[in-house]
Amino acid sequence: MSETRTDTVGTDGAGGTDDAVRRVLAEHGRLSVDPGSVDIDADLYAAGLTSHASVNVMLALEDAFDIEFPERLLKKSTFSSIAAVVAAVDEVRGQG
Amino acid sequence: MDTETGRERPRVHPAVPAPPVPAGGGDLRVGVDLVRVADVRDSLDRFGERYLARVFTEDERAYAMAASPDVAARRLAARFAAKEAVIKVLRPQDAPAWTSVEIVRRGDGSCEVRLHGRAAQLAQDAGLGPVAVSLSHEDEYAAASAAAWCAGGSGAERPAEGCAREGGS
Repeated sequence: MSETRTDTVGTDGAGGTDDAVRRVLAEHGRLSVDPGSVDIDADLYAAGLTSHASVNVMLALEDAFDIEFPERLLKKSTFSSIAAVVAAVDEVRGQG
Repeated sequence: MDTETGRERPRVHPAVPAPPVPAGGGDLRVGVDLVRVADVRDSLDRFGERYLARVFTEDERAYAMAASPDVAARRLAARFAAKEAVIKVLRPQDAPAWTSVEIVRRGDGSCEVRLHGRAAQLAQDAGLGPVAVSLSHEDEYAAASAAAWCAGGSGAERPAEGCAREGGS
């Protein structure tokens, strides 16, 4: 059993985090829409994100940002939109 | 027909005991979920131990991983589906951690649900009785269903508002 870790994202600005989140969604989210162009507040579950895919998204985000989501953030609403994901990442990184 | 309550007993799969009907009556909540086994296999390949640790309890992992890799993925997929089905029964505002819903295999092959932490609190707050669950898996897909009676919280004379809501996806 192997682990694939993506490169850690050295982002400081909100735009960089947004782009990185969209890249993770593109690789792991299996959305029915293009994560690169979806509205930041669009419902990701309505766009095809499943519960199991959200696990992969969560783990990939941890790799990308070198963070670990605390259990209190492992909830459906954290992955409900790109804006919500960015907010959660920023909170864990201490930038929110 | 239940001779004490006069209610029709719910029809359930023979392998799953019918959850007890609350003495004061109540509503039956159900949940179901379907998982592609290949998705679980991909997660194991990509994230390995981290995936297992965030989603499954030690006992769930021990049982699943004792089988061949293909069967292990099927067992894990079925358990993920069962967790999601149970979470749908709990109807939380925000889903609890996957490890707070544990699927325990009985000696006869049937499974039971063990709730921990926030999942247990959600069940208590909603006045849920024991949660029954049934799992199934084959090469491509795994599925699970869950059910529990909602008595509407301790001391309630009628089901709480939450019990009357429609089940969601």
